[in-house]
Amino acid sequence: MAKRTFRLFRGNRETGGDLKEYTVECDEGMVVLDAVHRVQAEHAPDLACRWNCKAGKCGSCSAEVNGKPRLMCMTRLSDYPPGMTLTITPMRAFKSLRDLVTDVSKNYENNRRLPHFQPRRPDFPDGEFRMFQYEVERPQEFRKCIECFLCQDVCHVLRTHEKHEEFIGPAFFVRAAVYEMHPADEGDRLAHVKEEGGIGYCNITKCCTEVCPEHIHITDNAIIPLKERVADRHYDPLRWLLRKLTGRG
Amino acid sequence: MGIDFQRHTFDVIVVGAGGAGLRAAIEASAQGAKTAIICKSLLGKAHTVMAEGGAAAALGNVRPEDNWRVHFRDTMRGGKMHGNWRMAQIHAQEAPDRIRELEQWGALFDRTKDGKISQRPFGGHTYTRLAHVGDRTGLEIIRVLQDKGVHSGISVFMEFTVFHLPLADGRVAGALAYDRERGRFHLFGARAVILATGGIGKAWQITSNSWEYTGDGHALAYRAGAELIDMEFVQFHPTGMVWPPSVRGILVTEGVRGEGGVLRNSEGKRFMYDYLPDMFRGEFAETDEEADRWVAGDQKNNRRPIELLTRDVVARAITSEIKAGRGSKHGGVYLSIAEKRGPEYIKKKLPSMYHQFKELAGVDITREAMEVGPTTHYVMGGVKVDPETQETNVPGLYAAGETAAGLHGANRLGGNSLSDLLVFGRRAGGAAAEAALAVKSGGEIPDGDVQSMIQQALAPFEREGGENPYAVQADLQRAMQENAGIVRDEAGLRAALADIEKLRARAAGVGAWGHREFNPGWHTCLDLQNLLIVSEATCRGALLRTESRGGHTRTDFPESDPKQARVEYVIRRRGEEMTVEARPQPDLPPDLDKIIKEGA
Repeated sequence: MAKRTFRLFRGNRETGGDLKEYTVECDEGMVVLDAVHRVQAEHAPDLACRWNCKAGKCGSCSAEVNGKPRLMCMTRLSDYPPGMTLTITPMRAFKSLRDLVTDVSKNYENNRRLPHFQPRRPDFPDGEFRMFQYEVERPQEFRKCIECFLCQDVCHVLRTHEKHEEFIGPAFFVRAAVYEMHPADEGDRLAHVKEEGGIGYCNITKCCTEVCPEHIHITDNAIIPLKERVADRHYDPLRWLLRKLTGRG
Repeated sequence: MGIDFQRHTFDVIVVGAGGAGLRAAIEASAQGAKTAIICKSLLGKAHTVMAEGGAAAALGNVRPEDNWRVHFRDTMRGGKMHGNWRMAQIHAQEAPDRIRELEQWGALFDRTKDGKISQRPFGGHTYTRLAHVGDRTGLEIIRVLQDKGVHSGISVFMEFTVFHLPLADGRVAGALAYDRERGRFHLFGARAVILATGGIGKAWQITSNSWEYTGDGHALAYRAGAELIDMEFVQFHPTGMVWPPSVRGILVTEGVRGEGGVLRNSEGKRFMYDYLPDMFRGEFAETDEEADRWVAGDQKNNRRPIELLTRDVVARAITSEIKAGRGSKHGGVYLSIAEKRGPEYIKKKLPSMYHQFKELAGVDITREAMEVGPTTHYVMGGVKVDPETQETNVPGLYAAGETAAGLHGANRLGGNSLSDLLVFGRRAGGAAAEAALAVKSGGEIPDGDVQSMIQQALAPFEREGGENPYAVQADLQRAMQENAGIVRDEAGLRAALADIEKLRARAAGVGAWGHREFNPGWHTCLDLQNLLIVSEATCRGALLRTESRGGHTRTDFPESDPKQARVEYVIRRRGEEMTVEARPQPDLPPDLDKIIKEGA
């Protein structure tokens, strides 16, 4: 089988690191993650990368292949011309830790701060809610999120403008949307999405949607409806007046 | 002067953040225990996300005739009558409440027409029983538990690896770990420790399991003096991908067969009809027409398709067909859903299978058959626990989920793992919290003990010119695949044990390069120790079990031996020696025995 050369980022972006070349044998059907593992086993046992399921279900092996955010386990080598050198670098929007591994802890912090599911009373005596398939399908789309954070990586608010403290990013609008559109939820996340979440920063360029390996329509189905709800609540002049008069809402 | 380490103190420590670990931690925390989860990967990446088909619970939403007795009977018979009856009873009785509880925590299961939780058929289950979300049920469950957990005030230590359980006064006293980001050491003092680290599938070459599945919990428990049982019972899932080589072993959900998928050999024959065990005679469709009517929705008047036999039976059948030269192009058999269901239905009910084959193999499952073959999937054996509390024979040490043994006997039914995690995760968490809060203070862990374990963990860095740990791991996987895989015999098992002995010597000489921060090579050096323990345990149990039962098939003893049905082989550490002995299990009480014999 054919050999291929990979340029892998080694080290730490902030404190020093660079691209190193490795050449390994590549078999039919191999994905980028296989090649990284081969480098690890044959040339660089200390090469750091995250991975778990190797089937596109856990979202651990996010990185950039020739500058494009990808899951390494779902990127086939045969998608690139034979012999082409592939450059594999860590996600750029996050602080570099070592080699292909980045610091994604802010994402977990964002999730912890997001107001949790607040159930209404169950509809059946056994504790189940009466929810119909057409109702659950809307939030189910957002539940496909595998927390790969590629949408965070590609989002220019985070990647270019580094607004990590003011903007929770597409992944957490998706998470907020799960509960906001959950038929049995009584919670309210709009204030959070507007204030802490900084949803106004998003100017719907849809980069997140394009990169999502789960094909979630992040912009159309999660972010835009949330933006509309925020606008309805906070910027509708009638509601504004009502709020002024009643002091509520 | 030793190596620096940081101290943390909790009431309950949970090792592992899959379904069992998260459910245990949620319960321990709810009972008022200060609880921490320590997990090897990032939160939400544990193997539970890979569970596709569903969680088995006798909700009776689709088939009102279903109840815990039928589920209990299916579990015991599916486990070839080897399982722990009390665990099977508790599991069947409590699973429905655990599923409904997830709904209260925000889970979004697929629905029936009248708005209740929908259920799907699966191998070995008499009735349509699995609560599911398309074919990504595990992802839904882990996300729900993860969100519930982080909003319950549980501390989470991500990318930490536990490598030692210190004891004090005969009780477990905590956990010693290192963090991957910086390579620093941490001593967690605790009055109860719950092991929920999953399975051992990385000991084989062809596996559906991730790098994490190195038997950590099994090995930690063993070293701490706990008993392991049933380690010979390893489930080889009948349907893993076989082509291309790099995806070999990746799971193809049993849901494909649940939705009507048909297995065929290279001659186009639906071969499962030839492999019906006597035990299940009369319970499955005998013609394609009957199976088709069942698939079309008339499940009252027709019996299940033959492909829904238990996993051990299907995996053995596939292996026989391949051996007889009737395999598919790349050494598997054909699994076709396209001949029974339309493209839209397939994409809706099996979306991740559709994508997995499309993206990794270039196969469109709405038009073509998949090529599938057996892959290492799950270990029925594990740490011996008390059925009520999940406590091991080491006071203060608990195990739940795949790490614990008993529920599934000699073969696990699909869908029973997700419900197992919830039922026994909760029980372990509750019992551990109660015990921890009753113990006045944690035992003193001697500093010397900690220092010597840290020195051992760091030893690979000291070995200049040490062997590459990946090479040793690969050789171990080869040895296990060859001689302790889906079919075994005495000569092969002895050869595997001899290989393990040699590999142990090599593992003592492996080296780590570079520094301690995020170093997977070093990590592999530590994993090897655990893999060697579980591999040896599997081989020793398999050698003693001179019969074929469930996941354990001996070509030199092809029949089941009724005398060994209720015998478990117990593995224990005596000094540095691994010992194994036979122990009879208690008989079923008359009321449960009646359910088995006369039907529920």
